[in-house]
Amino acid sequence: MMHTDTAPPGTEPVFHLEEEHHPEGSTLLGFWLYLMSDCLIFAVLFATYGVLGRNYAAGPSPKDLFDLPLVALNTAMLLFSSITYGFAMLAMDKGRQAATQGWLAVTGLFGLAFLGIELYEFSHLIHEGAGPQRSAFLSAFFTLVGTHGLHVTCGLIWLVVLMVQVGQRGLIPENQRRLMCLSMFWHFLDVIWIGVFTFVYLMGVLQ
Amino acid sequence: MFSNLDLQKFVFGRFTLADIPYHEPILLVTFAGVALGGLAVVGAITYYRFWGSLWRDWVTSVDHKKIGIMYVILALVMLLRGFADALLMRSQQAIAFGSNEGYLPPHHYDQIFTAHGVIMIFFVAMPFVTGLMNYVVPLQIGARDVSFPFLNNFSFWMTTAGAIIIMISLFVGEFSRATWLGYPPLSGADMSPGVGVDYWIWGLQVAGIGTLLSGVNLIATIVKMRAPGMTMMKLPVFVWTSLCTNVLIVAAFPILTAVLALLTLDRYVGTHFFTNDLGGNPMMYFNLIWIWGHPEVYILILPAFGIFSEVTSTYCGKRLFGYASMVYATVVITILSYLVWLHHFFTMGSGANVNSFFGITTMIISIPTGAKIFNWLFTMYRGRIRFELPMLWTVGFMVTFVIGGMTGVLLAVPPADFVLHNSLFLIAHFHNVIIGGVLFGMFAGVAYWFPKAFGFKLDPFWGKMSFWFWLVGFYFAFMPLYVLGLMGVTRRAQHFDDPSLQIWFVIAAFGAVLILCGILSFIVQLVVSVRNREALRDVTGDPWGGRTLEWSTSSPPPDYNFAFTPVIHDLDAWHDMKNRGYARPLTGYRPIHMPKNTGTGAILGALSVVFAFGMIWYIWWMAALAFVAMFVVTVVHTFNYNRDYHIPADAVVRIENQRTAALAGRV
Amino acid sequence: MSAETAHHGGAHAHGAHQDGASHGSFRGYVTGFVLSVILTAIPFWLVMARPLESALWTGIVIMALAVVQIVVHMIYFLHMNTKSEGGWTILALIFTVTLVAITLVGSLWVMHHLNTNMMPMSAHDARHAP
Repeated sequence: MMHTDTAPPGTEPVFHLEEEHHPEGSTLLGFWLYLMSDCLIFAVLFATYGVLGRNYAAGPSPKDLFDLPLVALNTAMLLFSSITYGFAMLAMDKGRQAATQGWLAVTGLFGLAFLGIELYEFSHLIHEGAGPQRSAFLSAFFTLVGTHGLHVTCGLIWLVVLMVQVGQRGLIPENQRRLMCLSMFWHFLDVIWIGVFTFVYLMGVLQ
Repeated sequence: MFSNLDLQKFVFGRFTLADIPYHEPILLVTFAGVALGGLAVVGAITYYRFWGSLWRDWVTSVDHKKIGIMYVILALVMLLRGFADALLMRSQQAIAFGSNEGYLPPHHYDQIFTAHGVIMIFFVAMPFVTGLMNYVVPLQIGARDVSFPFLNNFSFWMTTAGAIIIMISLFVGEFSRATWLGYPPLSGADMSPGVGVDYWIWGLQVAGIGTLLSGVNLIATIVKMRAPGMTMMKLPVFVWTSLCTNVLIVAAFPILTAVLALLTLDRYVGTHFFTNDLGGNPMMYFNLIWIWGHPEVYILILPAFGIFSEVTSTYCGKRLFGYASMVYATVVITILSYLVWLHHFFTMGSGANVNSFFGITTMIISIPTGAKIFNWLFTMYRGRIRFELPMLWTVGFMVTFVIGGMTGVLLAVPPADFVLHNSLFLIAHFHNVIIGGVLFGMFAGVAYWFPKAFGFKLDPFWGKMSFWFWLVGFYFAFMPLYVLGLMGVTRRAQHFDDPSLQIWFVIAAFGAVLILCGILSFIVQLVVSVRNREALRDVTGDPWGGRTLEWSTSSPPPDYNFAFTPVIHDLDAWHDMKNRGYARPLTGYRPIHMPKNTGTGAILGALSVVFAFGMIWYIWWMAALAFVAMFVVTVVHTFNYNRDYHIPADAVVRIENQRTAALAGRV
Repeated sequence: MSAETAHHGGAHAHGAHQDGASHGSFRGYVTGFVLSVILTAIPFWLVMARPLESALWTGIVIMALAVVQIVVHMIYFLHMNTKSEGGWTILALIFTVTLVAITLVGSLWVMHHLNTNMMPMSAHDARHAP
C-alpha cells in the first residue's frame, strides 16, 4: 500500500485520514483476473481435446481434414491484428485520437478476416460430413476452435462499441481504461491461438 | 403453410398443458401455499407502500451491505426449500420398507434428492458465504464499498435468477433426476430427454456467472481497497479466508461452466463428449466436474473457518493464537484442494498408481485443517470465554467437524473407499462437514454480525434453542447413516427390503424433525428479536467488544461505512485503536464519493430467466429475443459514464452528529 | 461486460496510467511481432516440409516453440512483468498456469490410466471402433 505510516514513538499515532482516500484503480487487475478464469475454460477445452482428440469413431482424422496453409494464413491474420492493436495503444498514449481509431479499424478488419477464414473452414468441414456430431474428436475440435472464434467475435463487437465511444467522448480516462482492457483481451486470444494451432492443427497433422 | 401443430411447436416449444403437474397432490398443495404466501407478501408490500423503496433502496442498490443482506435472505429462503426436500426424503425412507412403497414414487423421489443437493450447495451455502463476505469484507478492510459495485449488484441478481430458474421447475415441468452433479450418460439426451436436466444446467450456468464475477470483485477489493497500513499480514483472518475462497471461485467455477457447456452441447447439438457412442467418454465428465467439485468444498468451508476465527478471538478476548500459521494453512489448503479431486471416484478404475497419489494428497490436506483446530483451541486456552450464541456454534462446530474430518480421512484410503463408496457412510460424512462446518459457521456469522447489520442483537434464548435443536438433531439424523453405510446401504434408494434397517431410518427421521425445530426456532428468534428490538438495541456499534474494523463504525453502518478512512497499525486494528484511546473525530467531514444505484443488474437477471426458460422449453423465439435484449441492455449500460455522485459534507455531518448524540445518550 | 469502478470516474479519475504497467513502445511491439513471426513460421515449416524425420522430435520442438512464443507474447504484447499491479498480475498468472498444468496433465494422466484399465483395446481398434 501507499501509506505505511507507523507513528514514531512518543507521538500520537494517526488513526484516520483527514483527506479522502483514493485507492488505486482496480479495473485492470479485475479484468486480468477475469482473463485468468477464461484461461481455465480453455484449459478444460484443451484437456477435453487432449483426451478425446483421437477418438475418430471410424471417421476422418486430422490428417484427412486440416489444411495447414489455410491455418497459417489465419494465424497471420491474428498476428497482424495483434501488432496493429499495439499501434493503436501507442497512438492512444500519445493522445492521437484519429490514429487510434484508424489502427483499431485495421485491427477489426484483420479480426474479421480471421473469423471469415475460420467460418469458411468450418462450413467446408461440415459440408464434407465432418461436422461436430461425427465423432468425439470433431466435437472437441469444433468446440475448442469455435469457443476461440466466439471470443474473437465478442472482441470485435467490443471493438466497434469502443470505437463509437471514443468517437463520442474522445480518449478520456474511462475510454483509455476500456481500450487497455480490450488490449489485454485481444492479446490473450492471441496466446490461446498459439496453443490451438500448435496443439490441435500441427500436432494433429503430425500424428 | 403451418399446420396447427407446427404453430404450437413454434410458439410454445415443447411445453404443453400436461407439463403443469396439477395431478400431483403434494405439488398442488405446495403451489397453493407458495401462491398464498406470495400474495400475502405482495399485499403487505402494497399496503405498506414499500414498492418504491424496495426498488430504490434494495433492488437497484450497489451498496455491498444491502447486497450482502439480500444474499443471506436468498440463502435462508432456499434453505427452507432444500430442507423441505430433506424432510420428504427422510420420511419416505423411514416408511418405505417391504410392501410399503411410501408416498413418493421413484421419479419424484429422484427429483427431490437432486433438488436437495443442488439447492443446498448452490443456492443456500453459496449465497450464504457470498453474502457474509460481501457484507463484512469491505468493512473489515476499511473500504467504502467493493471494487466494482455495479458488478456486485449484477452478480447477486444472476445468482437469484439461477435460484428462480430452479424454483420454476417445481411447478412447470419437472426437475432433473440425474443427481446434483448430473453424471452422464444418465444426464444425456438419450436417458433424460425431458426438461429436468435442462433446468439444472441453465440454473447453474446463470448462477455460476454471478458467482464468478463476485469472486473477481472481492479479490480486487481485498487486493486494492485496503485501508492504509493494512498490509497482507495485518488482514483479519476472515478477509484472508475470503481472499482464498474467491481465488478458488475464480479458478474453479470456469471449469464448471465449461463442463456444463459441453454437456449442453451434447444435449442440444448432438456432439459426442460424454455419450457412449462415437468416441465419447462419460468418465471425462466425472474427471472434469470434480476438478471444480473439490475446490468447491473448500470455497464453502474456508469462510466458515474465518468466521470461527473471528468469533473465537472476540469471545475469548484474546488475539487469535497462531495468526501466521492460520494464514499459511489457508493458503496451503487453497493450493492442495486442486490436487485431490480423484478421491471422488477412486472406484472408477484408474488403478493403483493414480489412486494412491490422490489418496495421499487427500490425507495431506487434513493436516493444515487440523492445525486450524489447534489454533482455535489454543485461543480458547486461558481465554476469558463468553458463551454467547456465536461461540456456542463455534464449539459445536469444533466437536462435530473433527468427527466429520476423521471419517473423511477414512474415506481417503482407497481400499476403504471401495467398500464405502456411494454408501450412506459418504452421505453422513459430507453432511457432517457441511452442516457441522459450513452451516454452523454461517449461523455463527449471522448471530455475530446481525447487530452490526441491523443495530440490535438477536434474542439469545431462541438462538440457544435453535443451536441445541440443530446440534442434537444433527447427531440423531446422521449418526444412523454412518451405521447404515458401514452395513453397505447405498445412497439414493427410494425403497428398502430388509426390515431390520428400518429402525435406523426412523431415528434419522426423528433427527430431521429436531432440525426442523431448530429451523423454526431460528425463525422465531428473528421474529422475537425484531419485536423486542428496542430492548436488544446496541448504539455503541461494538456490542461484543470486537477487535476488527467493522466494529469501529455505527450499527448499521452509514452508506459510506466510515466517515474517515481508518489507518491501521496493528492486526486487530479496532482493538488497537480502543487500547490506545482513539477518540472518534467530530469535525472536518468532507463530501464522500460514492457509486450510483442502477437497475441494469436486476433487468439482466430477469432477462436471463426468460432466456433460460426459452432454452429449456425449446421456445427459440423467446430465447433469441431475451438474448438480444440482454446484449442491448449491456451495451447501452456501457454508454452511461455518469455512475457516481458525492454525498455532500452536510449530509455526512448530519449522520455523524446523530451517532454522536446516540453515543452520548448511552454513556 | 465492462467492469467499471465507479470510485474512479468523473473528477477523480486518475487515468489509466496509474497502474504502473507500461503500454509498451514501438520498438517493443515490433520486436515481439518479428519474434512471433519467426516462432510461428518454424513450426509450420517443420510440420509441412518435415525436415526432421522423427514425429516425436518434431512434436517436442513445436511444443517448445509454442511455449517460447507464449512467453514472447506475454512480455511484448501483454507487458507482463513482476512489477505491474504490485506483482499481483504475475502471481495470478503463475497460479493460473499451475492450475492449467494440473488440469491438463491430471486429466490426461487419469484418463490414460482409466482407458488402459477399463478399455482393453489397441489404438488401432480404438480408431476404428464405431
